[in-house]
Amino acid sequence: MAITMTSAAEQHVVKHLEHRAKGMGIRLGVRTTGCSGLSYVLEFVDDAAAEDQVFLCGDVKLIIDPKSLLYLDGTELDYVKEGLNEGFEFKNPNVKDECGCGESFHI
Amino acid sequence: MALLQISEPGQSPQPHQRKHAVGIDLGTTNSLVATVRSGMAEVLADEQGRELLPSVAHYTSMGVSCVGHEAAEHNVSDPLNTLASVKRLMGRGLVDVKSFGDQLPYEFAADDGGMPKIKTMAGLVSPIQVSAEILRKLAGRAEIAFDSMLDGAVITVPAYFDEAQRQATKDAATLAGIKVLRLLNEPTAAAIAYGLDQDQDQERIIAIYDLGGGTFDISILRLSKGVFEVLATGGDSALGGDDFDHAIADWLRRQIGMGENLDPIEQRTLLETAKSAKEELTVAEQAELDVFDWQGTITRPIMHSLIDDLIDKTLRACKRSLRDAGLNTASISNVILVGGSTRTPRVGEKVAELFGREPLCNLDPDQVVAMGAALQAEVLVGNKSGDDMLLLDVIPLSLGVETMGGLIEKIIHRNTTIPVAKAQEFTTFKDGQTAMAIHILQGERELASDCRSLARFDLRGIPPMVAGAAKIRVAYQVDADGLLSVSARELTSNVESRIEVKPSYGLGEEEITNMLQDSFSNAREDMQARALREQQVEADRMIEDLLAAIYKDGDALLDSEERRCLKVAIEELRELRETTKEHRPLARQIESVAKASEEFAARRMDASIRSALAGQSLDEIDKG
Repeated sequence: MAITMTSAAEQHVVKHLEHRAKGMGIRLGVRTTGCSGLSYVLEFVDDAAAEDQVFLCGDVKLIIDPKSLLYLDGTELDYVKEGLNEGFEFKNPNVKDECGCGESFHI
Repeated sequence: MALLQISEPGQSPQPHQRKHAVGIDLGTTNSLVATVRSGMAEVLADEQGRELLPSVAHYTSMGVSCVGHEAAEHNVSDPLNTLASVKRLMGRGLVDVKSFGDQLPYEFAADDGGMPKIKTMAGLVSPIQVSAEILRKLAGRAEIAFDSMLDGAVITVPAYFDEAQRQATKDAATLAGIKVLRLLNEPTAAAIAYGLDQDQDQERIIAIYDLGGGTFDISILRLSKGVFEVLATGGDSALGGDDFDHAIADWLRRQIGMGENLDPIEQRTLLETAKSAKEELTVAEQAELDVFDWQGTITRPIMHSLIDDLIDKTLRACKRSLRDAGLNTASISNVILVGGSTRTPRVGEKVAELFGREPLCNLDPDQVVAMGAALQAEVLVGNKSGDDMLLLDVIPLSLGVETMGGLIEKIIHRNTTIPVAKAQEFTTFKDGQTAMAIHILQGERELASDCRSLARFDLRGIPPMVAGAAKIRVAYQVDADGLLSVSARELTSNVESRIEVKPSYGLGEEEITNMLQDSFSNAREDMQARALREQQVEADRMIEDLLAAIYKDGDALLDSEERRCLKVAIEELRELRETTKEHRPLARQIESVAKASEEFAARRMDASIRSALAGQSLDEIDKG
């Protein structure tokens, strides 16, 4: 089981961690809410929990709890620019369908 | 498709719950919009990658035709319908606006309410409408970037903006359909962008040196426990980096050997050459010039000799502001450079020399104000946890009410943090008085006529009572944007009247600064004037009371000699009240009249007790 990220995503994560001047990495996760069941979590991490799994991607630690990993296995975090809009995107092979906005999804 | 940003631990928003907020720097020459992405403030560019939006709108007979870069292109061909620099006009009256006549090419007219408007092919256009067009354009840029509606914006204004100018800015946002989370002082925004507000333990004094294309502002702020207080502002509304270009262009003209009378094209070519040389010299030691078949070199020392006088002018304004605040350069903890013209290294060098410390300049000086506003917007819209920072501002000039004798009673003092609500009780001056005029004033002077009149309203329907019996509570409320509403309520009858202060005219920046300085330099005269007015009011009250008493009870309680003596004393008092410029003799005369009428007052008191008791049994009096 693994999660990864593209070099574009890595660049941005490194930049934001440097600007924040603290934090050991970023957390990827899912939680149950939203119009179609599940939604993504993307947060800075100051302290990892004992049960967290850590994936090293370049110099960045991707931190994920074991339950979320079930939903995110094989996910690649990307950084996308669509016109003036830009931000991170979860490329998650487990997703069957998602709501039109892409903020929540269903497996 | 909603793209994600990295949140602080435990603060990932619910889907569709993330609020989209921006900071907008609504500038005289250029405007910007910024937002916070994954904790970092970033300026949003348009589709062509341009961050600065010229603060210009072009009008045709069909209405507004374009805003920004496209509008600025009409500057030369259609100057009367190409509206730029309207920030200078925001919240100003027609009189103020006409005095800028030589700076701006427009024709002005007043609307029905006396507000100044600009004559264009599209009809009369107000500065607020032009600002709204600029804000709408920037908000549109943000909505494309978010792929979502905007939830709110923090808009920056100069620290010296008064109530009218702030209200005009807020009106422009409302007109553009933007929810204003807060108006924020530009120097405060710059300090936030550098994170100076995050260290709350230490009190610090910050100087913000803001040199734009056409304006220079210096602000001295004190930051203490998360509250920014404006200690002094100063500057020059007609000095900026454009003057550097003119100085260099003039040197260039003399080098080439051209006369002083140039046609517009020659002039523009020289200015553009000068400007690009100035920009090249920000990194290089010298720049090669090639213009009108003339080749030459300009070095940094040559440029310095041309612009040093201009920079020195800004430094003198800095020293003045420090003096106003009662500070010296040693008390300044941080200096921040704002405005594109601070890119000229010589500016930073000379500022560092003056303050004896290196100024903060690692953020883009064009963007720093918008970035600070974006950080503030992110908090106010609710994307960050509430206790993170609640930034407070202070009101720049005291707010008060006119009292008898043309004095000002300050209700909210200068530098009080906002939002704030304060009330004070007043009473009626005359028997049977049923109305009271509330005159709202702004300023530091003691006489109402020396302060700025913001609004007036009447409280009517006060039940007739003896003078001094009515209790009128006048409440002043200033919201987080520095906007004022005033209410007056008579407490026994609960009649109430209120007003939102939307002044129809404004003051110049210089006048605001002058108002503050006047209050210091005229402090002694003001104190005397206040003392004199107080005694005059007291004298008037005494004359009126005594005459009324003599009219009512004089026949019954005074013999003719006593009556004559009192009349003489009253006449003497009346004459002194009209002639004297000193409060002490008047106070002495009031006291002597009070003495002379003591006996009469005692007899009246006895008489009224006798009449009150007449016809009652002892039992009833005991019970009472």
